[in-house]
Amino acid sequence: MNRFSLPLGIFVTMVALLAVGLTLNPREIPSPFIGKPAPEFLLPALDENASQISNETFKGKVWVLNVWASWCVACRQEHPLLMDVANRKLVTIVGLNYKDKRSDALEWLQRHGDPYRHIPFDEAGNVAIDYGVYGVPETFVIDKAGIVRLKHIGPVTLEDLKNTILPLVSELERIES
Amino acid sequence: MNIGCQKPLLITIVLFFSVITSPFGHGQQEIFTFSTAKQETTYQALIKELRCLVCQNQNLADSNAGLAQDLRRKTYEMVIAGETRSQIAQYMVNRYGDFVLYRPQVNRSTFILWFSPFIFLVLLISLAFHFIRKTRKRSQSSDYSEEQLAHIKSLMQDKR
Repeated sequence: MNRFSLPLGIFVTMVALLAVGLTLNPREIPSPFIGKPAPEFLLPALDENASQISNETFKGKVWVLNVWASWCVACRQEHPLLMDVANRKLVTIVGLNYKDKRSDALEWLQRHGDPYRHIPFDEAGNVAIDYGVYGVPETFVIDKAGIVRLKHIGPVTLEDLKNTILPLVSELERIES
Repeated sequence: MNIGCQKPLLITIVLFFSVITSPFGHGQQEIFTFSTAKQETTYQALIKELRCLVCQNQNLADSNAGLAQDLRRKTYEMVIAGETRSQIAQYMVNRYGDFVLYRPQVNRSTFILWFSPFIFLVLLISLAFHFIRKTRKRSQSSDYSEEQLAHIKSLMQDKR
């Protein structure tokens, strides 16, 4: 064995570990929900005249749960994309309104458009805690059986939609429940 | 140095300490009342042990973030409801993953985190032993044959 091979081996290993470490995003915490049933909720709708919403409402459907708030700046960034998805009827988007004021939320939707099929109103943020939400916006993809398949933290980008979210949705749509 | 020169320094020092000891420096603002002292210690221990996920590297006790407030309230409610420390910790892990605990439970994904220091320690000790033995062997063995050594010895004696 060459006497340099050991130090060199250690050096290469360290560089490899650090290189991988640099490409990871420390803000992205792996969700413990992937592959598990979406937590159940029962919430009033943002629209006071609408009936209560629970995740039973979406059983047998592939749906996207988007956690948003009118005070959330990053939500504005992804909003046009969500509008586009909704206009092209690519998937049902449910917008969990997180720790917001009813009037603020409604006004925000009026100004920026409403891509949501249903809007559960989570004033206290308890349902968000059940979903392990720690930074809005967050987006979950939930399959026909009510299993969480994907969690996206932070604003959704066009690349995320094209490369991950929409392909996953169409794949899940094909599976018979 | 006269007094006039010392005063700004004194003020600076006083201000400095008033900032670092100020009550506003601590995130915990809500006042919770507990029925037993045990509940309070459980609560205090938990909020020190649970990580605030928005402002990483702060625990719930230190953080002012909205989520930290909500999780403190949740912890409080669960403590009051009589749940144990490990039950509440498990509740948080189920939602936020192992990362929420500053001392994560030992399981398959945290195994390396817990044991790699010991594995490295054993590895380094065995490497050190290996090298020590190697150098000792080298210093003991000689590059000369018995005959040559005898010759060297005789040469040195001749010189004397």
